[in-house]
Amino acid sequence: MSGTAAASSPPLLEVRGLQKFFPITRGFLQRVVGHVRAVDGVDFTLAEGETLGLVGESGCGKTTASRCILRAIDPTGGSILYRTRDGRTVDLATLAPRELLPLRAEIQMIFQDPFGSLNPRMTLLDNVGEPLLVNGMGNRRERADRVAELLRLVGLRPEFMHRFPHAFSGGQRQRIGIARALATNPRLVVADEPVSALDVSIQAQVLNLLLELQARLKLTFLFVAHDLSVVRHISDRIAVMYVGQLVELARTDALFRRPQHPYTAALMRAVPAADPRVRSDDAILAGEVPSPAAPPQGCYFNPRCRHAQQRCRVEAPALREIAPGHFSRCHFAGEMEF
Amino acid sequence: MALDRPMAVASTLRPLLSVRNLRVSFALDEGLVRAVDGTSFDVMPGQVLGVVGESGCGKSVTMRAILQLVERPGRITAGEIHFRRRPPNGGDEDSAETVDIARLPPRGPVMRDIRGGEIALIPQEPMAAFSPVHTVGDQIVEAILLHGQRWQEGGRKLTRREARDITVGLFRDVGISMPEQRIDAFSWQLSGGLRQRAMIAMALSCKPRLLIADEPTTAIDVTTQAQVLALLRDLQARHGTAIIFITHDLGVIAQMASYVVVMYLGRVMEEGPVDDIFHAPRHPYTRALLRSIPSLYGETRVALPVISGALPHPFNRPPGCPFHPRCPDVMTKCPGAVPSLQPVGTSQLASCFLHHDVVDAG
Amino acid sequence: MTVAGSVAEDRVAVASNWKLVWWRFRRHHLAMASGVLLIFLYMIVIAPDFFATQDPERTDARQAFIPVQTIHLFDDGRLAPWVPAIVGKRNPVTLRMEWTTDPKKKVPVRFFAAGFSWRLLGLIPTTIHLVAPVDPNQRIFLLGSDRLGRDQWSRIMHGTQTSMTVGLVAVALSVVLGVVLGGISGYVGGKTDQVIQRIIELLQSVPTIPIWLALSAALPRDWTPIQVFFAITVILSLVGWTTLGREVRGRFLALREEDFVLAARLAGCSRMRIILRHMVPTFLSHIIATSSLAIPVMIINETSLSFLGLGIRPPAISWGVLLQEAQNIQTLALAPWLLIPGLVVIVAVLAFNLVGDGLRDAADPYSH
Repeated sequence: MSGTAAASSPPLLEVRGLQKFFPITRGFLQRVVGHVRAVDGVDFTLAEGETLGLVGESGCGKTTASRCILRAIDPTGGSILYRTRDGRTVDLATLAPRELLPLRAEIQMIFQDPFGSLNPRMTLLDNVGEPLLVNGMGNRRERADRVAELLRLVGLRPEFMHRFPHAFSGGQRQRIGIARALATNPRLVVADEPVSALDVSIQAQVLNLLLELQARLKLTFLFVAHDLSVVRHISDRIAVMYVGQLVELARTDALFRRPQHPYTAALMRAVPAADPRVRSDDAILAGEVPSPAAPPQGCYFNPRCRHAQQRCRVEAPALREIAPGHFSRCHFAGEMEF
Repeated sequence: MALDRPMAVASTLRPLLSVRNLRVSFALDEGLVRAVDGTSFDVMPGQVLGVVGESGCGKSVTMRAILQLVERPGRITAGEIHFRRRPPNGGDEDSAETVDIARLPPRGPVMRDIRGGEIALIPQEPMAAFSPVHTVGDQIVEAILLHGQRWQEGGRKLTRREARDITVGLFRDVGISMPEQRIDAFSWQLSGGLRQRAMIAMALSCKPRLLIADEPTTAIDVTTQAQVLALLRDLQARHGTAIIFITHDLGVIAQMASYVVVMYLGRVMEEGPVDDIFHAPRHPYTRALLRSIPSLYGETRVALPVISGALPHPFNRPPGCPFHPRCPDVMTKCPGAVPSLQPVGTSQLASCFLHHDVVDAG
Repeated sequence: MTVAGSVAEDRVAVASNWKLVWWRFRRHHLAMASGVLLIFLYMIVIAPDFFATQDPERTDARQAFIPVQTIHLFDDGRLAPWVPAIVGKRNPVTLRMEWTTDPKKKVPVRFFAAGFSWRLLGLIPTTIHLVAPVDPNQRIFLLGSDRLGRDQWSRIMHGTQTSMTVGLVAVALSVVLGVVLGGISGYVGGKTDQVIQRIIELLQSVPTIPIWLALSAALPRDWTPIQVFFAITVILSLVGWTTLGREVRGRFLALREEDFVLAARLAGCSRMRIILRHMVPTFLSHIIATSSLAIPVMIINETSLSFLGLGIRPPAISWGVLLQEAQNIQTLALAPWLLIPGLVVIVAVLAFNLVGDGLRDAADPYSH
């Protein structure tokens, strides 16, 4: 929806060649013997008001990449260009902590675990109001009013603000977490698996809330998840990651109509259809995800790919644009049907 | 002989496991939690029964009750769990003895024999099920030596060497490559997928009559999940083992089960053949649940139909039908009486007053 | 817990962490009873002279080894507390005075009555005591007397003050050391962490008793009892902080990875605010529980040191000093009541341990 409209204007976020290596140390002297390339080659843009889904299996680097963008961890390489509210473009990857501080209010996060992400020793008022307090927004009264407004916004009663998190169910706590993320009027919200810890009947409520809030507050979402159906439902565009690399990026409908990377296709086939009449049992992806500490030669996916050829085993493919806005990291993208 | 045949047919139609009005409560400091509150269902021989439900629906506690593994302060307070045991000395099914597991002492010899010998469990987190200080192979070898007679005609004891060979065979059977090497690995050296395969090998080591898979793929990735599901389907087809497959994932249920039980707050809401459950659900909860999940085919970025409200806290069970506070079709009688599980149509059962007026007596 | 509902639930919903801890602790009956006992012991710490019946230093060699004089509340069915009088007879062989109680002769006593004068907290002069003989010239020995004729009851009251204070102060010092060093180790990490961890390992690997012996032996002989008292406290805590330091470090490391700490960082909280507002409150209840389990260890340590003559030295009084009187087997045969301070140590240590266990169980009300 908003993806096409925003395509012409400069992006809110542009990630180029993002890298995050973790050293592998050994022995008493903590000698570095190698690196885990948790993120090694992630490029994408994010237009204002759109939702980009970042999918992949555990260990693919999607969470690490999102934490780099939040600067919860420091990236090893690459740039994260962010257009601030006042129109400047800054590189989040290299910003000093002091310069980063004022931007914290603009970029917020929604967590996976609704139980661990709220401080159990603080009331909702203190939990949700903390970003306001530390960013010097309003006095005590104004903050309480804002928290009440936020609670109403996420579908909770404002009277709850004097309660502690332990009084709420998982779905309600996730709403509280969303309220906290929205407290400072952020522009970019990174949602890390926001519904995967919730019960099936609660997931839909939270997904609907996120869609509604996005429309109302013109939010930009980076939606990190492993569940393809959830990501498909909420995203304008989807980026697929495998062993620290972005392997495919396309608009949601295009990606699902004709995936241009064999891994994406395999991932789709692996999702069990919630319909006993659709049997999804052919061509199961064999093997295991390689370790990002010792990825295979050539294309990282070649040992598991049924289309792999000699070229795939020696030459690492680059991410290239197959069709307008459709990127794939496969030598044979555009030539083959996956 | 002529007499045997119709009897043999009859015995395959008799359930292998029959749970009747099972109730399990936990007496906590804060109050009594009725985790399982009058659950009934049958498992036929060779059937894959899917049990689906959200957290707190009692699906896992029911399975622990079947294995007599309910831990204090939990207690089976009522109901029966009839299990048809393996016929002695390879006799035919008619000589099989039926026991009520609910009445068996949890640590008694009969229960120990059934647990692991006739009913095996595949847990959600295989990491916790294997000991980290023994190799995976050693643990399976121990299990085989313990239930050795299943692998040996006659009463001769298996040697360790033979048990090890059987384990290698099992590993090959569950699709673990290089089984001779992997058998000497510790559980923490294996990847999530391999660990779950090893767990399945462990469960199969006693040639169980009933396999309980408790969310076996929840902790693993989707491509690995597809492998494990395919493996379980394949093993089921080859050995004809009955499986109770517990999950909250409706996709997994649709792909694995032939018969489905839908649970909510400790009660069975609806049960029936998988196709009917997915294409002609009778209970409002089943219908709402199916509508609320995003699919790979539906329209994107639109509001999903939701089930309003939250799952009630276990201390605050709603009176009457447990689903009534969230039910879109709630009627005046729903808060006052608990509907019983009754046949609806030709193949399904539902506990809902939309379809019948039978009140649950218990 | 859902938010629909009763008053009880609402009460839980707005209950702070400390309330939840208290509610859980209250259910622990043994710990509650021990807690009451500890409160009583600390009342003695505040005003030992109020509980004492005599000046603990008052000696009278003629009244050595007087047996226990038990308080009787009723006399002929009337409430009139008394203790049996003591009668002495000189042993014709050893020529020692031997004392026995004579229940026929009654020494009337009163509760909350005037006795010798003392100062509350060293400031307010008063003469009021819990128990005092009606005749101010009469001496009573509720737990007997020692070889110098000092009243053991009164001495135990003063010993309680010293020993309980040593335990508390030593643990308080350990907590400060442990939290600061453990916190730095856990939060800063890297080289600092390595250095602090090696120091802890070094301290833990040295056998404690020789360390104490060496350190106590190094104390100048001419120090006043107060100086020795503080020196002993510091010595105990120097060795005792390591366990706590490790625990605090572990908690810091674990907490750094908690989502709510990351959330606070992303909200723009400063390092100090994250530590003080989010991390410390989270493990404070654990630290209190750990400390209450550490106090009895300190008490035992002090008692052992003093018993060996290396800790607190007379004329200061502590439980260990009192037990020194019971070192001689002959004395024990003659005056078994001199072992009573040992009983007091056992009761106090048990009470601390039970309270500590109760606190530890109640410390994390959010475990689900």
